[in-house]
Amino acid sequence: MSSILKLVSQRLALGLLLLLACSVLIFVGTQILPGDVAQSILGQSATPTALANLREELGLNDPAYVRYFSWLGGVLTGDLGTALSNGQEINAQIGLRLGNTLFLAFWAAVVAVPLAILLGLIAVRYRNRWPDKLISGLTLASMSLPEFFIGYVLIFFFAVKWRWFPSVATVYDSMSLWEKLNAIALPVTVLVLVVLAHMMRMTRAAILNVMQSAYIETAELKGLSAFNVIFRHAFPNAIAPIVNVVMLNLAYLVVGVVVVEVIFVYPGMGQYLVDHVSKRDVPVVQACGLIFAAVYIGLNLIADVVAIVTNPRLRHPK
Amino acid sequence: MAETLLDIRNLHIEATVYPAGEPAKDIVIVDDVSLILEKGKVLGLIGESGAGKSTIGLSSMAYGRGSIRLSGEVFLNGREILSSGSRGLRKLRGKEVTYVSQSAAASFNPAKRLMEQIVEAALEHGVASKAEAEKRAVQLFRELSLPNPETIGNRYPHQVSGGQLQRAMTVMALVPEPDLIVFDEPTTALDVTTQIDVLAAIKKAIQKTGVAALYITHDLAVVAQVSDEIMVLRNGAKVERNTAENIINSPQEDYTKALVSVRSIDHKEKKPSKNPVLVARGISAAYGNKVQVLKNISVEVHPGQTLAVVGESGSGKSTLARVLTGLLPPFEGTVTFAGRTLSRALPQRTKEDLRQIQMIYQMADTAMNPRQTVETIIGRPLGFYFGLQGKKRRERVLELLDEIEMGEGFLDRYPAELSGGQKQRVCIARALAAKPKLIICDEVTSALDPLVADGILKLLLRLQRSEDVAYLFITHDLATVKAIADSIAVMYQGSLVRYGSKSDVLAPPFDDYTDLLLSSVPEMRIGWLEEVLQNRKMESAGN
Repeated sequence: MSSILKLVSQRLALGLLLLLACSVLIFVGTQILPGDVAQSILGQSATPTALANLREELGLNDPAYVRYFSWLGGVLTGDLGTALSNGQEINAQIGLRLGNTLFLAFWAAVVAVPLAILLGLIAVRYRNRWPDKLISGLTLASMSLPEFFIGYVLIFFFAVKWRWFPSVATVYDSMSLWEKLNAIALPVTVLVLVVLAHMMRMTRAAILNVMQSAYIETAELKGLSAFNVIFRHAFPNAIAPIVNVVMLNLAYLVVGVVVVEVIFVYPGMGQYLVDHVSKRDVPVVQACGLIFAAVYIGLNLIADVVAIVTNPRLRHPK
Repeated sequence: MAETLLDIRNLHIEATVYPAGEPAKDIVIVDDVSLILEKGKVLGLIGESGAGKSTIGLSSMAYGRGSIRLSGEVFLNGREILSSGSRGLRKLRGKEVTYVSQSAAASFNPAKRLMEQIVEAALEHGVASKAEAEKRAVQLFRELSLPNPETIGNRYPHQVSGGQLQRAMTVMALVPEPDLIVFDEPTTALDVTTQIDVLAAIKKAIQKTGVAALYITHDLAVVAQVSDEIMVLRNGAKVERNTAENIINSPQEDYTKALVSVRSIDHKEKKPSKNPVLVARGISAAYGNKVQVLKNISVEVHPGQTLAVVGESGSGKSTLARVLTGLLPPFEGTVTFAGRTLSRALPQRTKEDLRQIQMIYQMADTAMNPRQTVETIIGRPLGFYFGLQGKKRRERVLELLDEIEMGEGFLDRYPAELSGGQKQRVCIARALAAKPKLIICDEVTSALDPLVADGILKLLLRLQRSEDVAYLFITHDLATVKAIADSIAVMYQGSLVRYGSKSDVLAPPFDDYTDLLLSSVPEMRIGWLEEVLQNRKMESAGN
């Protein structure tokens, strides 16, 4: 077991290092963005003196590394700073927004992951026959269409024509769970359609790869049914690559929802980010970027750890 | 007349192949083979690779690998099974017929414990309850002398050795109490000293349970130990079938006679010269400064002679070759070539040093660039060492092709268009092209069928006479050693246990390990297995 602990803690340390590197990149990236927050706060009527005063007040005249370390120090002590545009605490705002985004991502994942794996198993069971081709065709088509297109098509039919679901997916704290689910049904559907194909194809490929192994022939020659061969003997050996692609897609569900949130006016991280990019509100953009990076690295870290832990050679050394 | 268990009538098997750049075509793998197997009997199926023996074996389970098409009739317990549909086949596979494959290491699921896999078929078919099946498995573990029979089932496949896995797979085949077991080359991938234990275990299992078996192998000496009858196959057709005794002692067909008399090369030992071409003194080597794999090895190779290095896998034979070529610098000891001490590491050796020692590998397939033609492959050392170009180079390549008994027609062929034996011949020509004084041959015949291997050995001996080249011949096969060696070095766990001229090494009194090794080589006579097991002094490493 000690070798597993060692491997896992190595991965954790690497993940933290990577996150630190990301924070530098995010900071540098926001520094070279064009525009000036003082200018955008004061607008057209700004006088040069007012601009200079505001810059001084916001600390924009300090050298970059000083601002980086004071930002990093804040982040490490759990303070993401204040939004320049409206003076609100970013922590409180982001807490709310991240909760909403995770809520959306969670329900999309609850539908997409089991569905993708099930479809992948079915595609393997009937490989190169019509169920396989149908599943591959439909999922590839849904992945190939841009999210905004699927989003507007769904809004047109389900919200405008048939009025089954609302077109605006705004959620409040006072709504019941059922009301919330009803509100996010359309964005969840879009997200599921976008990530389904990738996961399903990888599940199929990973299991088919394992199906070439001699132990699959052994299982077939034991007289097991095709589904048992796949489920009992192929699936356990395909878990690591499947978890990998699932995690990549979960990360996408959190990080890549910007477009979907904007289309459905959903109060999540994506919309928050887009709003504040247009306001040149650097601290908010930095905070969002750092949280996205943390989610992405964290989920991939989990995939790595699962791959290590499911490897019988590491779990049960000689 | 005993009861018929398996009755194969006019079996015909075809497959569609897709050669690169050509239209798909159908090839015949098995052509009109019929056989009858009675209950409790063992039939050996023997032939070279491509003879269709595995395919026939699997047809008794109505199973075909890949896109294979079976036609004809196969009756098992009186029922025709080729036409019985997938549901019917599922009921029969794993219950009436079970299968033991060549590589148990690949045939066990790495993610599951042994016991779970061993009892799976019995549970699936409702032959026994979980407790009963596990009890039976433990009992069989004990009978096949697996260590820790009570607990070995809790292990994962990677936690037990190759020989043990092969026996565990035999247990897996026996637990559902089938009527027939198909053994598909069950000992081919094992060392001789391990093979003998697995062979004994299989024979014991067959005798105790009275199960019938199809025993597939390319090694006539092995199959003679376990079978009642033997059927010889060639190119998908039957050559002859007879009792094991008659096949060994009075074969009828020429092909069978060739198989029986294989490895009867007569090679007279040469006396060592005063000036050895290669001297290794006190070589000790390790991988990653941790695992010591060679301990104080000293050997000599004489000009125009062959030193055979024998031992099982893990004994350090190939590591010795890596040290001599400079691929692995030893931490102790020196290598002297033609009176000059060689640099320990490859980068410091001169081009001339490199030219003098060439290598031929076990897997000719992976030792050649698949995208180069035979001419490019053989011509490369000619250009590299001698600067031969254009017409001169082609002439020399043709000379070399002639020496390896292949013609001009092979110049433009790619490795994929050659047979296994031809590939190895091209590798020999490539080594000869450098005009070396020493060629290191690393298991060069191990992957080849016996008759093809025979041809390669004869070629090597002829080339040795005409080119006066010395060989360091690494092998685990003692029959090969007897056929070509002048001196022999026996290695065991990184040490030299016996070294000297062929006549000395192969003459008693033996040390325990050499005795075990020599006695484990299957001999082509009935009753050999029992004799050896009775007279053994040392347990083999597989336990």
